[in-house]
Amino acid sequence: MKRTLADLKRGERGIIKEFSEENIPLKLLEMGCLPGNEVEMLQMAPFRDPMYLNINGSHLAIRREIALLIEIDLISLHG
Amino acid sequence: MAKQINVALIGNPNTGKTSVFNQLTGLNQKVGNYPGITVEKKEGICKLPRGLKAHILDLPGTYSLNASSLDENVVIELLLNKSDKDYPDVAVVVSDVENLKRNLLLFTQIKDLGIPTILVINMADRMERKGISLDVDLLEERLNTKVVLVSARKNTGIDELKEAIINYRHISDEPCVNASVIAPEYFDRLRKAFPKQSLYKLWLVITQDVNFGNINRKEITNSDHFDTKSHTELKKLQHKETILRYQFINGVLKETMKVDASSAKDLRSRLDRILTHKVWGYTIFFGILLLIFQAIYSWSSYPMDLIDETFAFLSEWTKTTLPAGAFTNLIAEGIIPGLGGIVIFIPQIAFLFFFISILEETGYMSRVVFLMDRIMRKFGLSGKSVVPLVSGTACAIPAVMATRNIESWKERLITILVVPFTTCSARLPVYLIIIALVIPDRAVWGFNLQGLTLMLLYLLGFGVAIGSAWILNLILNIKNRSHFVIEMPNYKLPMGKNIAINVVEKTKSFVFGAGKIILAISIILWVLASYGPGDNFNNASEIVSEQYDEQSNITEDELDEEIASFKLKNSYIGIMGRGIEPVVAPLGYDWKIGIAIISSFAAREVFVGTLATIYSVGSDEEETIKNRMAAEINPILGGPLFTFASGVSLLLFYAFAMQCMSTLAIVKKETNTWKWPVLQLVVMTLFAYFVALAAFQLLK
Repeated sequence: MKRTLADLKRGERGIIKEFSEENIPLKLLEMGCLPGNEVEMLQMAPFRDPMYLNINGSHLAIRREIALLIEIDLISLHG
Repeated sequence: MAKQINVALIGNPNTGKTSVFNQLTGLNQKVGNYPGITVEKKEGICKLPRGLKAHILDLPGTYSLNASSLDENVVIELLLNKSDKDYPDVAVVVSDVENLKRNLLLFTQIKDLGIPTILVINMADRMERKGISLDVDLLEERLNTKVVLVSARKNTGIDELKEAIINYRHISDEPCVNASVIAPEYFDRLRKAFPKQSLYKLWLVITQDVNFGNINRKEITNSDHFDTKSHTELKKLQHKETILRYQFINGVLKETMKVDASSAKDLRSRLDRILTHKVWGYTIFFGILLLIFQAIYSWSSYPMDLIDETFAFLSEWTKTTLPAGAFTNLIAEGIIPGLGGIVIFIPQIAFLFFFISILEETGYMSRVVFLMDRIMRKFGLSGKSVVPLVSGTACAIPAVMATRNIESWKERLITILVVPFTTCSARLPVYLIIIALVIPDRAVWGFNLQGLTLMLLYLLGFGVAIGSAWILNLILNIKNRSHFVIEMPNYKLPMGKNIAINVVEKTKSFVFGAGKIILAISIILWVLASYGPGDNFNNASEIVSEQYDEQSNITEDELDEEIASFKLKNSYIGIMGRGIEPVVAPLGYDWKIGIAIISSFAAREVFVGTLATIYSVGSDEEETIKNRMAAEINPILGGPLFTFASGVSLLLFYAFAMQCMSTLAIVKKETNTWKWPVLQLVVMTLFAYFVALAAFQLLK
């Protein structure tokens, strides 16, 4: 199953996979959202939108519509 | 005299760039606008050792040279235009030690432009606590520039920075990343076509949608020497460039920075768990809004009363001290109250910006955006629009100014346009007197009807504000390139100096920006109300005295009131009020209300005072005016003038009409054009007119 940033639960972490670049704002890349970097879901506003993430040490809030575009590999909590 | 060194201060938002600016320039700074746009331009003079001086330009915060907002355009436009008088001799990039990696992205871009670039690493005082150690010498070598550790808060490293600015000529202007490796062939062709230009500059001109002084984008893209790339291809290359820069930065930091991860879990996550919580987050936010509201609504009434009394005293004093005449009247009744009408707003503005500065400085404002984004987004507003909308309930002037920190121009403009619908405190005197007049004072299901009506009016104002935001969002065709990516900065204690400077700056910009317009309009309104054509106005006292000749039971004071009333009726404003009677009659008003509506354009609360003068009751006591109003007869329909129908009509008119010149003045100042305030005036007045018309016709 395709897993994206939007699937992360609070406290879960993942690694950003290669993404199809077109719809992702350049600004997000510049803030450190690059393939291979680690992401942690910190908080979610009601209705899971927006989402508050720690991406590679940058603390960012992004909307769910963008989070849905970014595929990740989940890092298992106990592994 | 030695030439001033031109310094551009550049950096990501939340790096403490403004604190560094404040430390360098102190109060030696001025805030203006970039020509033609609404972006704030902050500049100042910094005294350097050995009698030298530097001109410091504090550029808007940006994450990179790939601009996505008006603010960011300013940065790139300046840095690509060598003939600009502000073009920097040396750039100072301010970074935050905790976010060094991300901050260095911008640094590498600036350095690649061939400008000598000093790297300031701010908040150095936090390094130890965060377990960060830096090899500054090696970092200087790898980045090929001067690195200065600074703590703007502790005021350390500033002297070293000044020294580095003086010696800017010794700083290398060699680029640190060769961006052309992302597409060697493409850049090769570019180099051949424009051998004299810097490649990175050309690249920026091609990819950025901004105006450049001396380089023409069309000239490049239309050149035969290479094929233009499609938008998608260019974007892919920009992504590649970003990855390339991060590879360089990761390499550098690996050698020079060590972070001890075992340092205690920080305050941030604990605070965030509460402040962005689904329940507590909102509870705390509304508590803070309540506090702000209390401050501008209630606490500021004390200094406002004092200002009111002071200007009334000054006016009286001028009248009794200067020789009587037209000139004295102009000063005492036109200019002094006009100035008072500007100064009266200062307490509210100062209070609001005191709180907003604290919210911004501590990093809390980003959490507000996080909490409110989803709700406000639906109406085309920003999460940050909540603060202006709520403070608009006290006064629209500071609220319009408070929209400045909304990054997206479209969201900011919509907020500015709808804020005047919220029920400001100046409407309250009008509401209170009309409600007392036409709404029965009894309880239904335990609720007082008059209180309920007042609450309904507040809700109505807020509802119409939100509703019109929704409509404006649909019809305003403004390109909105900024994406919602909000940095959540670390929590910090606010710095007193920054807050003080911010409050002073905002107050100054109101007094000297909008103040001129307010003074001009209030003098015009005063002239219209104090002068009139023909014998009726000029011989007012004789005419009125004659009428009362036989009745000897009239006192001196009553006679004076009658004369004042007669004069106002025959003044220019009185003639205008009578002139618009046919227009306002379908709303259930007579010419006296017409006069009050025109003169209350100065400020809504003037309505009550004007009616007091027209009815010659000679006192601002609400009870007296109310009784006099209740006795008024409708000239066309007969019966009492103030019925339920005409009362509701008047309430609705004041709820929606743009009856406030000061708001128009500040909107003109903040949007830098008359287009929006004029639109506001016309649309709101028409809307108010037709709603009031419908109400009266349906209810009568």
